Amino acid sequence: MRELLELLEHDAKRPVEELAAMLNKSEYEIEEQLKKLEKDKVILSYNTLINWEKFGDDTVTATIEVKVTPQREVGFDAIAERIYRFDEVRSVYLMSGSFDLLVMIEGKSLKDVSNFVSTRLATIEGVISTRSNFMLKPYKKDGVIIDDQEKDRRLVVSP
Amino acid sequence: MSWEDRISPSVNAIAPSGIRRFFDIAAEMDDVVSLGVGEPDFVTPWHIRESCVYGLEQGYTAYTANHGLLELREEIVNLLKRSDNVEYCPKNEVLITVGVSEALDLALRAVVSLGDEVLIPEPCYVSYKACVTLAGGTAVGVPTSIENEFRITVEDLEQYVTAKTKVLLIGYPNNPTGAVMSKDDLQKIADFAQVHDLIVISDEIYSNLIYGGAKHTCFSSLPNMRDRTILLNGFSKSYAMTGWRIGYALANPTFIAAMTKIHQYTMLCAPITAQIAAVEALRHGEKHMKKMVSEYDRRRHLILDGMRNMGLTCFEPKGAFYIFPSIQNTGLTSEEFAEKLLRSERVALVPGTAFGECGEGFIRCSYATSVNKISEALSRIENFVKKHIK
Repeated sequence: MRELLELLEHDAKRPVEELAAMLNKSEYEIEEQLKKLEKDKVILSYNTLINWEKFGDDTVTATIEVKVTPQREVGFDAIAERIYRFDEVRSVYLMSGSFDLLVMIEGKSLKDVSNFVSTRLATIEGVISTRSNFMLKPYKKDGVIIDDQEKDRRLVVSP
Repeated sequence: MSWEDRISPSVNAIAPSGIRRFFDIAAEMDDVVSLGVGEPDFVTPWHIRESCVYGLEQGYTAYTANHGLLELREEIVNLLKRSDNVEYCPKNEVLITVGVSEALDLALRAVVSLGDEVLIPEPCYVSYKACVTLAGGTAVGVPTSIENEFRITVEDLEQYVTAKTKVLLIGYPNNPTGAVMSKDDLQKIADFAQVHDLIVISDEIYSNLIYGGAKHTCFSSLPNMRDRTILLNGFSKSYAMTGWRIGYALANPTFIAAMTKIHQYTMLCAPITAQIAAVEALRHGEKHMKKMVSEYDRRRHLILDGMRNMGLTCFEPKGAFYIFPSIQNTGLTSEEFAEKLLRSERVALVPGTAFGECGEGFIRCSYATSVNKISEALSRIENFVKKHIK
């Protein structure tokens, strides 16, 4: 099943018959495996990686380093949840090192993002401090090179 | 006297590669999906490219020893010891060459003299026969068949061996068929070589590309074969390094000394940049290589499945990155099939006859191309085959 996951991680659009042929399994087997992986939430969702900038959108992305006071019983989880429930928040990670939570935020403008940080994020009870880093240019996202110039340079036919 | 008359007869005696013509037609067409490429579609892994760049920055731009960088020879020797338990001395039993192509040429020129016969199981790589001819020998093709999954047997060889036979030249996993020889299969060939006192040149360039539980056996690892064998291998296929032109030969000190003599006068040494990259490939390239192999394996299933579903007979290839389906039920010759397919459906592949006469009725399809392109090619081929199948 690992191989199936690796294939889908790379290309979620692959048809079942193709997956079945590549993995030397029947289509039925693949469908069953997929159902199970989805049910067990091993497969969380089938997303599409989009270059929004190329599409013409001017979004602003920032990573916010957040220091928080962990709470009795739940540690960092409760405060993390209060943060990740916001739609503006793309991802949240608990980190080791000089801060606790790494929060990625996407907004329409710089003002939009800083507004969110100052009015929503920094005001949450237990948040001690925030430090915002604005992203200037993405080069590689989730293993995909954004503007890959490498192409097939081989001859059409060779021995 | 025309200029043609002044070309040396031994060069005139060899035919240009049968692949060339298809290349010329395909190169002028748009939107061609190619299954005709005999090299990986992966670019050399970044860490290997990076090591070469670093080497250049450090000023590694000079000649190396004729035999090649000692550290590369040592890595190769270690690899053979690890993978096949064969031992070679890095000082005088290894020669780094400009691709396996050079190693093959050197090996043949070192041991073949006028009139010597070289047995070559066919279908085989396009340059085997030509190199024998250029070395002054006589290439004797020994046909293999789909019934035996294109493996060579002693019975086949016995029909062609004569008192003049000096060398047996084999290449498994095989280009173009994808055939693999098991250890038992090879042991019989080894016994045959011993009985007839033959030198065996074993081209094992696809040794790492092997699938479905099959195992590669290094010919020189067989009992008593080490000193009789000139083992050829390289980096092109395993590490996606075709354009770097880097290969090697392993053999007894006498053979290596003879080959080195030719090499030092004709090539001097393999490019230092490629040698540095090859060291990096052997030290840290295994993870990438395994990833590429499992990717090839999935494509192999996909293309085998596709060919069989459209009604072409096809044995399951266990090595390299080729599949060799029979197109006999279309009533076309290999050449006709390849050319008509290219012109009508814009899929390039290579007719089996480019690899020997017994390749008639077959086509070589390379699956060293992306899954999307393989799927596209399969549907185009199916379109074509439907119209012709009897």
